[in-house]
Amino acid sequence: MSINNYLYLSAILFTIGAVGVVVRRNAIVVFMCVELMLNAANLTLVTFSRINGTLDGQVVAFFTMVVAACEVVVGLAIIVTIYRSRRSASIDDASLLKR
Amino acid sequence: MVTNNGLVYLIALPLFGALSLLLLGRRADKWGHLLATALSASSFAVGLLQLSQMLGRATENRPVTQKLFSWISVGSFKVDASLLLDQLSICFVLLITGVGTLIHIYSISYMSHDHDRRRFFAYLNLFIAAMLLLVLGDSYLNLYVGWEGVGLASYLLIGFWNQKPAYATASKKAFVMNRIGDMGLSFAIMIAFASLGTVSFTGVKEHAHHASEATMTAIGIMLLVAAVGKSAQFPLQAWLGDAMAGPTPVSALIHAATMVTAGVYLIVRSNFVFDAAPTAQLLVVIVGAITLMFGALVGTAKDDIKKALAASTMSQIGYMILGAGLGPAGYAFAIMHLLTHGFFKAGMFLGAGSVMHGMNDEVNMRRYGALRKFMPITFITFGFGYLAIIGVPPFAGFYSKDMLIETAFNSGGTKAILLGSTALLGAAITAFYMTRVMILTFTSTKRWDDNQHPHESPILMWLPMAILAIGSVTSGFLLSRGSALKNWLEPLFESHGEHEELLSPMVVSSLALLMVALGVAIAVMKYQLSDVDAVAPQDVSIFTRIARRDLLQDDINEALFMRPGQVLTAALVKVDESVVDGAVRGIGQMAISSGSTLRRTQTGFVRSYAMLILVGAAVLIAAIWVVTQ
Amino acid sequence: MQSLLTIQGPETALFWFLAPLAVLAAIGMLLVKKAVHSALLLAWVMITLAIFYIAQDALFLGIVQVVVYTGAVMMLFLFILMLVGVDSSDSLTETITGLRPIAITAAVGFGGLMVSLLGHATLGREPIGLDIANQSGNVQGLAELLFSKYVWPFEVVSALLITAALGAMVLAHHQRTNPRPTQREQAVNRFRSGSLAGAAGLPGPGVFARHNAVDVPALLPDGTPAPSSISATLKARGDVIDSSQFQLDNVDTTVVEEK
Repeated sequence: MSINNYLYLSAILFTIGAVGVVVRRNAIVVFMCVELMLNAANLTLVTFSRINGTLDGQVVAFFTMVVAACEVVVGLAIIVTIYRSRRSASIDDASLLKR
Repeated sequence: MVTNNGLVYLIALPLFGALSLLLLGRRADKWGHLLATALSASSFAVGLLQLSQMLGRATENRPVTQKLFSWISVGSFKVDASLLLDQLSICFVLLITGVGTLIHIYSISYMSHDHDRRRFFAYLNLFIAAMLLLVLGDSYLNLYVGWEGVGLASYLLIGFWNQKPAYATASKKAFVMNRIGDMGLSFAIMIAFASLGTVSFTGVKEHAHHASEATMTAIGIMLLVAAVGKSAQFPLQAWLGDAMAGPTPVSALIHAATMVTAGVYLIVRSNFVFDAAPTAQLLVVIVGAITLMFGALVGTAKDDIKKALAASTMSQIGYMILGAGLGPAGYAFAIMHLLTHGFFKAGMFLGAGSVMHGMNDEVNMRRYGALRKFMPITFITFGFGYLAIIGVPPFAGFYSKDMLIETAFNSGGTKAILLGSTALLGAAITAFYMTRVMILTFTSTKRWDDNQHPHESPILMWLPMAILAIGSVTSGFLLSRGSALKNWLEPLFESHGEHEELLSPMVVSSLALLMVALGVAIAVMKYQLSDVDAVAPQDVSIFTRIARRDLLQDDINEALFMRPGQVLTAALVKVDESVVDGAVRGIGQMAISSGSTLRRTQTGFVRSYAMLILVGAAVLIAAIWVVTQ
Repeated sequence: MQSLLTIQGPETALFWFLAPLAVLAAIGMLLVKKAVHSALLLAWVMITLAIFYIAQDALFLGIVQVVVYTGAVMMLFLFILMLVGVDSSDSLTETITGLRPIAITAAVGFGGLMVSLLGHATLGREPIGLDIANQSGNVQGLAELLFSKYVWPFEVVSALLITAALGAMVLAHHQRTNPRPTQREQAVNRFRSGSLAGAAGLPGPGVFARHNAVDVPALLPDGTPAPSSISATLKARGDVIDSSQFQLDNVDTTVVEEK
């Protein structure tokens, strides 16, 4: 098996995550799709670390996880705040930008 | 020329009064009128002092100047703010300050119940200062400052009771019609500067001989336009009647004795221009002749005592303009009539004010009648003015008007007969309508309501009237005795020698008296010996109706200027809206429509933005793919 | 020349077993209606990825993946899901016209081109493998890098974490603009509101019924069930039991005068 298979898998997961971000309306699901995309990217980093024979890729993947954790914390806080004022977790309801 | 540093006080004193009364505001309410009157009187005193000094000098040294400051100095063009007091100016200075002071005194009592008496006196002082600047300026530019100043004072005083919209409109009308005249004056100044390179009286006079006749004619016509506007001559006469909206002392001072005669002053002062431009001079005569008839005819139909007097003023100034247009022979008589008119017309206006004062501000003469018994002093002073204006010897008008008629007859050619006859006919009509005013007001039967309590005015009011009445009696005789005024003014004008005599003075005087007697007789028959309606009858001939409508002056102005002007402005507004605004709005509309088209891509939905990012990423990858293949 | 990487049979088998499941789970994430189900499928994808990390000699990351992601982050997601309503199931019909076809076309294009690009991308050398790098242990190797070469990014990221925690607290903080109503005030308000129906407070569950569990609505005095006595969450989950089945068959309603 070629190691490239991991990269293909990562590309496919990333694409699915991107579609999810666009297609789903529940803000939490959208968020989860973003996490999926980040994880797919992490898989690429780990795979390239293996290909290159250095651990730098893994370090970057580690940082990605930390940043993703931060993002989740802040993002969910925003969702909760919006939900509190609008009683809705649908991101289509937060469409005031057009006015 | 002799310099005299005292001239500035003539103007400075009333100007100081105007400024201090306006700036101090209500604080000066208690004593403002006294200060203004005192300053006006002291200006008169300075004038008398100047006269006595002038009399002490030899003829050629009589004019004096004072340079105040260098006003404009651009390259070769220099204008100094200088004052010039010569034989002509001193007449005006004394008339303005003398009559002005009397009217100040009169106004103390007349305006005593008005809240804004202080403001009124401030404006009066402003007027005196501006009018003095007008007659004392040594160049057309200096004159122009005073010219605008009196226009402003006139506007402020006509609209003094501007809480009444009609009065405010009247002041605007006067201001706008005066603007046309002012345009003429500014054009005259521009032409003089452009073609002669100077705007001072002496400068223009020097150039007058060798400048082309066309230039002088252009300047002359423009000066005539200025005079026509300021002096309410045909065809810019319409504002004077409405100007009677102002308080009566204003009508007496500004719209009878002084400001409206500024046109005559301008023409006489510019004698060198008109002497060099016969066409312009002819136009002056025509304007004068038309206006003297016009005013007289309007005067026969007016029931408003002030408007009747205003029409009479217009007519009398027509006489002056006519005289001023007759050349060197007429200048002195025009000025003489101006001075005598200043006395008797101011006196009559004050008399009218006195009558209104006693009649609860009623101005309709058909509601007067038999006031002789209730206001004997007013009756007598008014009567002296009346005798003066119709030209009964030995009252003032007899001398001055007779001279004018005589000069008209002797001006040579066919026009002389025409002008002379017009002037004679005007005298008859003047006699008619002034007799009408007299009878309707004082001698006919009583036509006022019982709730009116006519009474004589206080001494502060009748004293000025009495002094003016004395002037009405004596001034003509004094000024014409031994051709006093003519000789006095002689050095200013270039004499062309005597014209041939068409009619001898005796014949003219007899004819004039005959015409006056005729006018008086008709008026007596029509109003004294038959009853007068308290309400103006409506079933009258078309001529009366036209005369009551001021010979359709407003209708003609409206038809010729106002309506086309309104159409023009409406059209311009349309053009502005459709073309100019259209272009501006079109640009805006374009931005808006392109914006709203672009806005459709902005749904506000986060997901559609995410989709665009996805599409962008796909395109990017496709580009990389294409490049690396 | 370093020894070239060879991928052994067990890893191949593992990949071919787990990778399709991960893709299926990811696609399922898009298709299921309920957010909770999405979360569970994502958790599965993450665990799969953790296994792949470990398989690829990234032991530390694999463990962190399980502990941080599958453990902490997914718990957070589920917690928030519970908070904003576990009932928030999406309708999957699209409301923005043209969004779905364009998105799927773009995604297919993106994914296809990506795979195609990876397919013929070459590094110019064979994969090396992490045997040498992991000689003294994966965790030690990572630690060496983190605290030497990447110490500055490490500190910055820690600052970011603190900031995020603070930001979340600020965002979630709810400032009261008026004092919390006391019980007394609540009671007064109930009586002053338009109707007196709720003046005595909401009925407790199971009142006037034979069953007093929280999922059974109370009965109003006229015998009809009171919807307001049931928690909205239960209603949304469809876990409400119809109270009529506990109705007494015949109640003696005759009024007998007390002796």
